[in-house]
Amino acid sequence: MLYAILCYHDEDFTSSWTSEQDAAVMKKLAVVQEGLAKQGRLGPVARLLPTTSATTLRKDDPPVVLDGPYAETKEQLLGFYIVDCANLDAALDVARDLGAANPGGAYEIRPVGLFNPGSTG
Amino acid sequence: MTDTAWIDAALTSARPQAVGALLRYFRDLDTAEEAFQNACLRALKSWPQNGPPRDPAAWLIMVGRNVAIDDLRRSRRQAPLPEDDEAISDLDDAEEQLAERLDGSHYRDDILRLLFICCHPELPATQQIALALRIVSGLSVKQIARAFLVSEAAMEQRITRAKARVTEAGVPFETPGAVERSERLAAVAAMIYLIFNEGYSADGDSAGTRRSLCEEAIRLARLLLRLFQSEPEIMGLTALLLLQHARAAARFDGSGRLVLLDDQDRSLWNQKMIAEGLALIDKAMRHRRSGPYQIQAAIAALHARAARPEDTDWAQIDLLYGTLEIMQPSPVVRLNRAVAVSKVRGAQAALEMIEPLGERLSNYFHFFGVRGAFLMQLGRNDEARVAFDRAIALANTPAEAAHIRMHLDRLMRDSAPRGSKISKK
Repeated sequence: MLYAILCYHDEDFTSSWTSEQDAAVMKKLAVVQEGLAKQGRLGPVARLLPTTSATTLRKDDPPVVLDGPYAETKEQLLGFYIVDCANLDAALDVARDLGAANPGGAYEIRPVGLFNPGSTG
Repeated sequence: MTDTAWIDAALTSARPQAVGALLRYFRDLDTAEEAFQNACLRALKSWPQNGPPRDPAAWLIMVGRNVAIDDLRRSRRQAPLPEDDEAISDLDDAEEQLAERLDGSHYRDDILRLLFICCHPELPATQQIALALRIVSGLSVKQIARAFLVSEAAMEQRITRAKARVTEAGVPFETPGAVERSERLAAVAAMIYLIFNEGYSADGDSAGTRRSLCEEAIRLARLLLRLFQSEPEIMGLTALLLLQHARAAARFDGSGRLVLLDDQDRSLWNQKMIAEGLALIDKAMRHRRSGPYQIQAAIAALHARAARPEDTDWAQIDLLYGTLEIMQPSPVVRLNRAVAVSKVRGAQAALEMIEPLGERLSNYFHFFGVRGAFLMQLGRNDEARVAFDRAIALANTPAEAAHIRMHLDRLMRDSAPRGSKISKK
């Protein structure tokens, strides 16, 4: 079974880290990741850019584009995509296509800062 | 991260919200700061034992408020207390309630107010920066003094004076209307940019301590953007700071000398910051509400996108400076534009463009540096030398002077008689 592990933290707090503190945290995480990678159990790992870079597409009819992360609490996270796009407009186009196929709810679009494609099995 | 480092980061990140809320409550800056300070002392005792509170800002506001009310009670028993004066005993419940209330609109204006009082128009730029670093960022007077290269006593005095002036002017406590809020936002954005520039203009020697000012400015810009997520100019400001700071490691050589953009080792540029900056400017542009920060960020983005100096899209940069000139006519913008023009249409066209600026920029280091470089490209070496001499006389930092001296040395070598030329293999 593949498991997704989603990372949550207080962004005010993490963005108060100095670059040295940030690097130290990443280094400790890398040790755990390397262990998993050696066993062929590590899939894609992504560190998202801060929520200030987020845009949300509400899948209403017509869809509405909002600045900022998805902030409602009445809906739940059900899945995610990693898509290669030239820019935000292109990413929004993809989200609109997906939204047309499956209306209702919302997509939060976040640029990926660090990406390791990993490999499992 | 060690235990204390964790707590430090938590206190720093909670500070703007907590001091902002305490200021709204007590309506006095000194009381608010002292209350926060006392709350921090208790946090240092309590957090390592009891673990982190769910919402550190709410915890600090609560504890700070209770301690300050106790102090007020003790110091003036007869005096009436501020409204809503009940000290809250059950911290857990209260924390939850308060956190809920803070989720509302209040805290956004609390933080904006706290930032805004630091940029009172009567305060000179250096005092605005010092005050913001003290009140909002919570840097110690010693740290700020070090960044400004003045004594601690002088900085203490500067901050005290600035605070007195702010208090005298009166702190605006009413909830701002839409127009006022956007005016405040613009003033605060300008101040954050000042903080950044203070760090950015540091020379190689002091780059370490002052570079932290750049990082602090970025943190404040991100904070502001999280509060006002749909403001393209705040996206532009944050992008601009990130894209400029991304080059920090490449801007000085081993001996602290300034390295110009064209000569920088681009592999030292911080790609993570560049990615974030590019994403933000991309997002801002969708709003089609351009502004000076967005334009400047777009220019910085074009530099960041060029893998080699010769890949730079100078024609686009020329156009962007043209737009910026319309928004903010200034001889300095024109001077920057001329550099782009020199790459697109040659040094002669660029030189003609800056000649009319001579009078207004007669005391501006960069004017003579740029003019000298254009003249040198045109082979007018004697005139170039005069311009460079003037630039050295006007240099603001040793790094700037050293950079110009390098040009002068080259001119000297080029014009020296053949026999005395240093032989090169």
